[in-house]
Amino acid sequence: MPSITFEGQDREVLPGETVLDCLLRSGVAVPHSCKAGACQSCLMKAEANVGLESAQAGLKDTLRAQGYFLACSLRPSADVAVSLPGGEVRTAARITRLDSLNETVLRVRLRVEEPFPYYPGQFLSLVRSDGLARSYSLASLPHESDLELHVRRIPGGAMSEWLHSDSPEGETVWLQGPAGNCFYVPGSPEEPLLLVGTGTGLAPLYGIARDALAQGHTGPIWMFHGALTPAGLYLTRELQEMSARHANLHYVRAALRDGGVDGVEDGELDACIRARLPKLAGFKAYVCGDPALVNSLRKKLFLAGIASKAIYADAFLPSSSPSPLPQSAACT
Amino acid sequence: MSEHVSPSLYQQIGGAAAVDAAVDIFYRKVLSDDRVSHFFDDVDMDRQAAKQKAFLTMAFGGPHNYTGADMRRGHAHLVLRGLNDGHVDVIIELLGATLAELNVPQPLIAQVAAIAESTRGDVLNR
Repeated sequence: MPSITFEGQDREVLPGETVLDCLLRSGVAVPHSCKAGACQSCLMKAEANVGLESAQAGLKDTLRAQGYFLACSLRPSADVAVSLPGGEVRTAARITRLDSLNETVLRVRLRVEEPFPYYPGQFLSLVRSDGLARSYSLASLPHESDLELHVRRIPGGAMSEWLHSDSPEGETVWLQGPAGNCFYVPGSPEEPLLLVGTGTGLAPLYGIARDALAQGHTGPIWMFHGALTPAGLYLTRELQEMSARHANLHYVRAALRDGGVDGVEDGELDACIRARLPKLAGFKAYVCGDPALVNSLRKKLFLAGIASKAIYADAFLPSSSPSPLPQSAACT
Repeated sequence: MSEHVSPSLYQQIGGAAAVDAAVDIFYRKVLSDDRVSHFFDDVDMDRQAAKQKAFLTMAFGGPHNYTGADMRRGHAHLVLRGLNDGHVDVIIELLGATLAELNVPQPLIAQVAAIAESTRGDVLNR
């Protein structure tokens, strides 16, 4: 069996085991979240290239070239020495402000001292000083003084409970990333955009919509925000004001239950979309939030005529640990 | 009399541009067809689109690295789920309909269908 060398100690890999599972089994606290090769929380560096390609999906070229890989996706077939990423890929940030957006969603504002270039809608890994890591999408714009994340409270969720309950304002955390290709690309200002999200899937869309408007997008921007009940919606006033200021921004809210009042549509998001936009060919679409909904919606949007290359999807995968409860504040 | 090399099937259909034009049309037909769509219910759309593209490139006579073994491996789990000759027929039918929609002449469609047909044994793990 091959072995993994970490901080000078060798650890034997069990058959079929990933680098992440092997290290966790031997007591090394490797930050991780989705365990599905998406959230990038478990980024590690290998001293030699031992066939890392399969564990480098979604990583930047610069990281690939330096031997970075996702520990949850590498099943080593040869001995390999690995290390956790240091300051070179992490940026320190201070939690500056926490405010509730509704009963379960918290807006977390972070300030970085060093430059942290990103596109609104991309995601980052938030790493606590003890190594706990979760991914969140960026709702802010780069020129704003703080980064903005939307964190849904998940019962038993380690990171979300900490942020919601312990009021860690002023604490220092580490940011890794950003990553992901769910963001606005200038160059086609007249292109119709469709932004669809559930729950905190609104965070990347809020960033993308404001980015598009700030960059002078003139084509229609349709934003659909869905939740189980109207109480799950948030930033309603801000988005209504935005759509009042920008004639090309159309904002639609929908709830699966108890909708039909206060301008909240009642029913499935895709029915709401179809009712307003019977012809979707030529749109560019961004779909973010609950994984089952994201996957079914992107298929429906594709069948409704949107080109496969014009659909950007960000399924918020649940964190697999350390809480035994399902979580979904972490995203891809 | 001068001799000239006749253009390949891939060139006659339109090469990579034709594959790009065909891939969404073909995949949409596959996903919308109740006879075969259930095989695609739980697949990742990005990965699937890339596979469709590789398959179309091969079927159009273009450059590819497909081997019979790849075809077997890639479909073994579907054979277990009941993939049979009837489903292969549907895929070849939808491939033809895609090309017809793109105004590819019938004799070329027949050649594409023949290439797709040649993978039947491997796809069905026979």
